[in-house]
Amino acid sequence: MRDLKVVFHLFEQSSRLAKKRAFLTIAAIAWGTVAILLLLAFGEGLKRQLDSNRKAMGENIAVVWSGESSKPYKGLPVGRDIKFRIEDIELLRARIPEANFAGEIIQWRTSLAYGTKAVNSRVKGVHVEWGDMRKHFPVEGGRWLSALDEKEKRRVVFMGDETAKDVFGTTDPVGKLLLINNAPFTVVGVMQRKVQMGAYSGPDKNAVVIPISTFKAMFGRDQLSNIVVQSPKPGQMKGILRQMNEVLGGKLGFDPEDDRALPTWDTVKSAKTNMNFSMGIQIFLGIIGALTLLIGGVGVANIMYAVVKERTKEIGVKMALGAKARWITLPFVLEGLVYTFLGGAAGTLIAVLLVTGMGFIPSQGNRVMEFLGKPTLSPLIGLATAGILGVIGLLAGWFPARRAASIDPASTLRYE
Amino acid sequence: MLALAENQPAPAKLGPQAVPAPSIIRMEEVRKVYDTGKVKLEALKGVNLDVTKGEFLAIVGPSGSGKSTLMNLIGCLDTATSGRYVLGGDDVSRVTRDQLAEIRNRRVGFVFQSFNLLPHISAAENVEMPLVFGGVPVKKRRDRSRELLERVGLGDRMDHKPTELSGGQMQRVAIARALAMEPDVVLADEPTGNLDTSAGGDIMALFQELWRGGSTLVVITHDPSLAKRAGRVVEVRDGRIVSDERTENRPG
Ligand SMILES: Nc1ncnc2c1ncn2[C@@H]1O[C@H](COP(=O)(O)OP(=O)(O)OP(=O)(O)O)[C@@H](O)[C@H]1O
Ligand SMILES: [Mg+2]
Repeated sequence: MRDLKVVFHLFEQSSRLAKKRAFLTIAAIAWGTVAILLLLAFGEGLKRQLDSNRKAMGENIAVVWSGESSKPYKGLPVGRDIKFRIEDIELLRARIPEANFAGEIIQWRTSLAYGTKAVNSRVKGVHVEWGDMRKHFPVEGGRWLSALDEKEKRRVVFMGDETAKDVFGTTDPVGKLLLINNAPFTVVGVMQRKVQMGAYSGPDKNAVVIPISTFKAMFGRDQLSNIVVQSPKPGQMKGILRQMNEVLGGKLGFDPEDDRALPTWDTVKSAKTNMNFSMGIQIFLGIIGALTLLIGGVGVANIMYAVVKERTKEIGVKMALGAKARWITLPFVLEGLVYTFLGGAAGTLIAVLLVTGMGFIPSQGNRVMEFLGKPTLSPLIGLATAGILGVIGLLAGWFPARRAASIDPASTLRYE
Repeated sequence: MLALAENQPAPAKLGPQAVPAPSIIRMEEVRKVYDTGKVKLEALKGVNLDVTKGEFLAIVGPSGSGKSTLMNLIGCLDTATSGRYVLGGDDVSRVTRDQLAEIRNRRVGFVFQSFNLLPHISAAENVEMPLVFGGVPVKKRRDRSRELLERVGLGDRMDHKPTELSGGQMQRVAIARALAMEPDVVLADEPTGNLDTSAGGDIMALFQELWRGGSTLVVITHDPSLAKRAGRVVEVRDGRIVSDERTENRPG
């Protein structure tokens, strides 16, 4: 208690003459705080954006293509083409009921026409389930393909938003007749705009989708380009893919251990890599920010070192009058902490204002922001910054204070 | 006698064995060696000294003879390399840094040649500084600093900063500060060294007044006129006490 009173008394006395110094140090810390908060906010925004862009293709999905056997299997030679067909989806659904499966067949560069406008685009035949798995959500007023469409091989088409715009311009395509290879298809829906990171055979916005049954009837192909698999939980994907290899291996004749037979893109696995990547960026930005803040802290410590040096004699006098070492050191520690706290508070305020301000910039159609995302502050960022500030504040006061405490009053007062 | 803080702890028994002694200061074979890396310099080579309560002791001797070193040891600003030192009945040869601080606060009042007032605070706050360290409550501090500054003739300069005072006035503030905690002994190292003759005379008169008031004073001086007023003169040469004589002077 007495310690505290003495320390506050001394702190109050010494802070009276330090207005300019206080301002400079607080500004340095504030600047560092703004830097670290903005960097981390950008990192967080980028992380969230990458995450949502990545999920735009579908969550917990894997894409499986047909490949070539690289291991002999039951007397069959290596190098055999492995091909799967629409009917194999039925088999997979029956044998692995916990997962979702959908087939996809692609017809490249097919002519699409409406009125006088004609373009070439991809046409995909897919199972109805594919729409949810691959996040093909319709714009208001339209719909996705239905089970009935598939069953009755209806000539209906769901259009990627960019292709829809290329063909129809400003006209609403829903209900209009689109000629695919001169065959008339009714447009039932247009895909909602999405920022998609990661795609195979081109982005979703540049294709049109029809029921797989219609596709087979029209183009006479039932060999799948690829299968899309969705696991109920990310952790189950690995097991489901192994089961899938066993089921198809038995039917199509390849070793389930043969990883060349069905080349697979497991987005669950690549999501982890992505997360690590985001985390890496976060850490990198955090370190840069922490270093900036550290420079501020070094500034505080430096100024306080100078103060200790300048006041060596004063400290010696106080010691001669009976001040204990901790009464000399604690005001310095306190000073470091107070400056850091004030600087941190000011910096946080500025950073929050800036981040909030940036939140008002519209990101729709702004390509940079669509990729980088909006800077976002999270409680974790606040906590990390506060922690770093606290440590820096303590150190900034601690080192000068230690020097002050090591002052030997006798030799300080010797030289008159 | 002024009662100090209520929460003031009882003076700690500092040494392993408390020695009952009539003297305030007792040094036995005290040595001080400064070890500056290469060279070891023996500044005090076995000093024996006894000072009883109410004495006015002047320490004289040539420059570099070890007077300030001796005073630092007496004032517990520094510790002896060997020998025994008993201050006010307690052996302080081996105590912790905190205990030394406590002793300096309660038992010793320092007066320096260059005053060593804290420049940024007022005369009154300077006088209060030892009281702050001694845990004396604010109200008592104020009263005590006023009383002391009035006693040294500076009742009207309480709120002046040291830079606004003359040398003689600064030294009087320093003396008031030295008296703040009612120390066992007031130590002064060349208190008139930075003052002109008239201001120096005032300070000497003030010391004599303190002596009359019952204070124990140890004053280092080159000034023969100051030494002449002391009750006892000790001469130091080359780290040893070479003479120790009582004068005719009495406090009254
Ligand atoms: N901290 C120290 N480190 C090394 N040597 C020291 C130290 N303090 C004092 N000395 C040496 O000890 C000797 C005595 O010094 P001291 O200051 O006690 O002399 P003094 O009698 O007070 O001299 P003066 O009259 O000039 O003040 C000197 O030779 C000095 O150089
Ligand atoms: Mg000296």
